[in-house]
Amino acid sequence: MLTGVRGLSSSSGPRVCIVGGGPAGFYTAQQLLKARQDAAVDIYERLPVPFGLVRFGVAPDHPEVKNVINTFTQTAQHERCSFHGNVNVGKDVTIDELRQAYHAVVLSYGAEGNRSMGIPGEDLPGVFSAKDFVGWYNGLPSNKELHPDLSFETAVILGQGNVALDVARILLAPVEMLKETDITQNALEALAGSKVRRVLIVGRRGPLQIACTIKELREMVNLPNTRADMLPADFEGIAEALKDLPRPRKRLTELMMKAVKEGGDDKAEKCWGLRFFRSPVEVLAGADEKRAAGIRLALNKLEGSGESVRAEVTGQLEDVDCGLIISSIGYKSIPIDPAVPFDPRRAIVPNEMGRVQDTAGLYCSGWVKRGPTGVIATTMNDSFDTARVLIQDMEAGKLDLSVNKPGAQAITALLQTRGVRMVLFSQWEKINAEEEKRGKSLGKAREKLLDVDEMLKIRNVFISIFF
Amino acid sequence: MSACALRVFLQRAAVTRKAAHQTFSQTRAFPQCVTGSYTHSRGINTLTNSLRAEEKVTVHFLNRDGKRISVKALTGESLLDIVVNNDLDILDIGACEGTLACSTCHLIFEEAVYKKLGRISDEEMDMLDLAYGLTDTSRLGCQVCLRKDLDGMILHVPDVISDARVDSEKESSTAPPKV
Repeated sequence: MLTGVRGLSSSSGPRVCIVGGGPAGFYTAQQLLKARQDAAVDIYERLPVPFGLVRFGVAPDHPEVKNVINTFTQTAQHERCSFHGNVNVGKDVTIDELRQAYHAVVLSYGAEGNRSMGIPGEDLPGVFSAKDFVGWYNGLPSNKELHPDLSFETAVILGQGNVALDVARILLAPVEMLKETDITQNALEALAGSKVRRVLIVGRRGPLQIACTIKELREMVNLPNTRADMLPADFEGIAEALKDLPRPRKRLTELMMKAVKEGGDDKAEKCWGLRFFRSPVEVLAGADEKRAAGIRLALNKLEGSGESVRAEVTGQLEDVDCGLIISSIGYKSIPIDPAVPFDPRRAIVPNEMGRVQDTAGLYCSGWVKRGPTGVIATTMNDSFDTARVLIQDMEAGKLDLSVNKPGAQAITALLQTRGVRMVLFSQWEKINAEEEKRGKSLGKAREKLLDVDEMLKIRNVFISIFF
Repeated sequence: MSACALRVFLQRAAVTRKAAHQTFSQTRAFPQCVTGSYTHSRGINTLTNSLRAEEKVTVHFLNRDGKRISVKALTGESLLDIVVNNDLDILDIGACEGTLACSTCHLIFEEAVYKKLGRISDEEMDMLDLAYGLTDTSRLGCQVCLRKDLDGMILHVPDVISDARVDSEKESSTAPPKV
């Protein structure tokens, strides 16, 4: 390994490429730019628009969580950073081509797939992944034709994490609460006409294992015109366990128990309930066999203790009539390029502290590195870790910085010959302005463009005005 | 009024305005800092307080690297404001910009000081519950406003989860929340 002799290339410092323009990508870029005054960082994103799950995952009624966009915008506008949207890494350009053009490549492309329940009937109309349902109300272009049928009284959500609670809340929230947010107009209209009145949120294990956090649960408890419909039997033994719990888990459990006890206003039109110890085993079709009309759940009992409590089948079954089934059991990363190692069991890129296994110069950060859990701040810390490791490697000479790398110049030339229409950050700002303008006329924070072609058209208008 | 305070105020007002346009409910989480006979919210208080030069108080931050950062700050400012407005070298703090949507401004207080602080709301407690290294004297910096009787207090900036650290010490009793 050569220690970097940077004499020849001192005018151009390290060039780093980041694949993925979501929180992981931006936080990794931010840290790299700060730590090395000579580093240039380029972010490639598949969609024309940046920000990943902050734009497409965070619920419309949680706008303050999206404040991180301000930090990301600052990063993108940094003179040593450039954003390239509408570039599909793996298809428009390969990882090997990126590795040739850059000193280091960081994979931050997240988890675009979802875990499937693996049960019969899962593909019937009326069954959706939470990822797609959330993508639908958040304006992800690939989900704009979802058209979920909301004409059924009962919806069942499998999974009890924050995403499951977001979906439940969006299904039951009064339209007044949503109409000024950045929820898409067609989702807003569909929800305004929704007949869904009862949402069950189902988990395999017990109340002490629930994966959501207290803020989201409190929002359900406080939801106007709804009441909680819990099964006291699910909470047997829980009161006794409270005193030994650490404070966060204790407060969360106490809030659930309060909901069990108080229930809520009987006159409330809508209700929601947590259901525990239940695993889905089959989606039941209606009489016409054409769509989902119910779900069959297996009842579990818990074995083990502490963090390793497991659900085991008892043999008992329970059928629930419902017309809308949303599976919220986890996102999942997928392989991006055959040249990149991938662990299909854990669905992550195998790595040691962010260094991709057996592949010098390749790193990863965010969900593709650790798995699809955690809030934005978790990803922030993780991305900073990867950046630090990368910087360490630069300084220890593990990356040969003496070699001049062409960076974005070479890649954009390549993309142009392939007919790829890149979107630069200044062009995103034009798209952003258009979305805010359309939103304003509807009394909303923004109206997201749903169509990649439309986004590219706006970008073209920008080009033709200025060039 | 110092040029720095004015610049920061205008910057933050611009960010707040822009963000408010997109995020109409942002203001709900700003702490109500009561000083004397008037109540004011973050942003405005930076301007009005810097006009009252007599309300300066010393605060010490004990940073993650063990170094102490001392700063003179204005009563009425939130502890997050103080870090941001004075450009202190405390990293990765205030991701949600003080709107109770993260726990990155987590600070640990001395016990005697903690007892003097104002009431903690359910909303703050909910977010604090997610903080790594939570203690019985933890608060979120964006929700605690500086007062004269907090002069000289020492604030401990807690570590965040980091796998790059060689000696991974205390396991938090709070597992990181799943999405």
